Amino acid sequence: MNQRLPNSFRTGPDERGHFGNFGGRFVAETLMPLILDLEKAYSVAKADPSFQTEMNGHLKDYVGRPSPLYFAERLTEHLGGAKIYLKREELNHTGSHKVNNVLGQIMVARRMGKKRIIAETGAGQHGVATATLCARFGLECVVYMGAVDVARQAPNVFRMEMLGAKVVPVQAGTRTLKDAMNEALRDWVTNVHNTFYCIGTVAGPHPYPMMVRDFQSVIGEETRKQMQEAEGRLPDSLVACIGGGSNAMGLFHPFLDDPSVEIFGVEAAGHGLTQLHAASIAGGRPGVLHGNRTYLLMDDDGQIQDAHSISAGLDYPGIGPEHSWLHETGRVTYLSATDDAALAAFMLLSRLEGIPPALESAHAIAKVTELAPKRPKDHLMVVNLSGRGDKDIPQITEILKGRKQ
Amino acid sequence: MTTRIDARFAELAKEGRSAFVTFLMAGDPDPQTSLDIIKALPKAGADIIEIGMPFTDPMADGPSIQAAGLRALKGGMTLRKTLDMVRGFRKEDNTTPLVLMGYYNPIYIYGVDKFLSDAKTAGVDGLIIVDLPPEEDDELCIPALKAGLNFIRLATPTTDDKRLPAVLANTSGFVYYVSITGITGAAAADSKVVGDAVARIKRHTKLPVCVGFGIRAPQAARAIAEKADGAVVGTALVDALRDSLDTQGQATAKTVAAVADVVASLAQGVRGAKQAAE
Repeated sequence: MNQRLPNSFRTGPDERGHFGNFGGRFVAETLMPLILDLEKAYSVAKADPSFQTEMNGHLKDYVGRPSPLYFAERLTEHLGGAKIYLKREELNHTGSHKVNNVLGQIMVARRMGKKRIIAETGAGQHGVATATLCARFGLECVVYMGAVDVARQAPNVFRMEMLGAKVVPVQAGTRTLKDAMNEALRDWVTNVHNTFYCIGTVAGPHPYPMMVRDFQSVIGEETRKQMQEAEGRLPDSLVACIGGGSNAMGLFHPFLDDPSVEIFGVEAAGHGLTQLHAASIAGGRPGVLHGNRTYLLMDDDGQIQDAHSISAGLDYPGIGPEHSWLHETGRVTYLSATDDAALAAFMLLSRLEGIPPALESAHAIAKVTELAPKRPKDHLMVVNLSGRGDKDIPQITEILKGRKQ
Repeated sequence: MTTRIDARFAELAKEGRSAFVTFLMAGDPDPQTSLDIIKALPKAGADIIEIGMPFTDPMADGPSIQAAGLRALKGGMTLRKTLDMVRGFRKEDNTTPLVLMGYYNPIYIYGVDKFLSDAKTAGVDGLIIVDLPPEEDDELCIPALKAGLNFIRLATPTTDDKRLPAVLANTSGFVYYVSITGITGAAAADSKVVGDAVARIKRHTKLPVCVGFGIRAPQAARAIAEKADGAVVGTALVDALRDSLDTQGQATAKTVAAVADVVASLAQGVRGAKQAAE
């Protein structure tokens, strides 16, 4: 093993929020005092057993955890290789893994006395989870969403509004997730005194990447225990899709120090890596955006480039800083799947298992269809089914109609 | 080390008046017009010139300055061309301080050491980088000071007395007080509140304190200039520039004069200020 590799992959970030060269706190001065307050409030909460107890209660009775680890028998037979398990995050209340993190952040916000919650959303899953918990705890909720995403994820927009949230369509820039995040940051700078910014992924300034990872790690912790019960041992490989990378970080983190576990992150290759895509590691390089240093899609002048993915939740030109570090240390292998491959995987899982995956999660399934057949039948592969596909059905119907014509 | 910024504030102190600081986006709407505008500013009454470095994702800017950055990028502006513009300005003016303002990523990609050396050679005096708080001083602030450039820090209403010393520690040239919690071009600041804030900052530093965000009209510029060592105006100038463009967003024969006229009237406001009691 390379001597420069760390003894543990699970100790980061350092006190300044760095994962190796990545992460940090690249924000306007207006936000800096609040970010320091948040860091303090989170570290107090983390050390407080009553915080954990309260959270576990909500996770069980409100979210519906633990989520099952399901043996996908027909998918396994079809691919003819590794034994495939699905971690059923799509069965959580609100339909995705996003709720794990939102619950944690809302509990921190309540401790900090913040009554107004803002969030950015791409596919709308994080927005729905935020709107849901704001309804549950009686908090004001404003969700920023790119105008393009508002159009392609209409069911989630209705859901958020029904839950009492205000959805603000963002017309700036490319009108997708990146611009929604810019607009949320602008709101936060303006309303810093009463507002808590509930970031939906393992990105943003420290402590967000760490805090969101911690709240999502319940996915990997449950998986460890459930696989032990089902098979009496650890899984051999993990697969998860990556936009910002919170569902992946949550599944991966508890396994990072188990060298026998192969770990694969799947970025969105859009129309293909030589064309428009959203694969920051495959097609980008380190830069600074939205509060942290990480791999980004950009041009030679450091201008951020438009990402493209069929899936609004992966349509982001960056990735969480801890993923950038795990890529550079070689602990996690980052692959990518195209729009077409994701669409085919969506249909495959729907037909074989009766589970329509979110288009985001379909990217992970797409890669499983390549990885699983090359592995022996006693290889245990876990794929994170991070969200359900109901929200994507109108968009997919349109695409399929277009293809028939 | 004395920079053009230090020298300018020393002159203004002798004249007994505050500085009028202008902000415009480099390359808005095209590199040549932008250079012509910058060249016209000192004569119109600008004491210090801030030049925005366009960035696709300006998270602290309001719609006007966002649009200015996008116009500039569409017109082919790059950080390299911004430095060319500084060189073009310096051919005719070797005394007016020039400060580059923007976000870190384009500089990081250009390469910090190369950027600092090229900026210094081109005639840049200082930098204001919105997304580099003191917690990230190792990135650019310390190297910039070593390279002989001023690193001008933003202090805000959320920067309390406990935090001010850290914010001021490596600041030089002047302190830029952001008068509101918010983005550029948003609500106006109350001059009484601003006066108190400037007094608070001055208890911690001998540096001049300039105030920006929310100043649009000569009267407001005057009110701020009575409380601070300088008043910064950006959005009002960017809006005047935008209003002079044709329907395709291209410069017209009126563009340079349109900006210079607004600068002149704001400068008059600043010059009409009674000097704040020290």
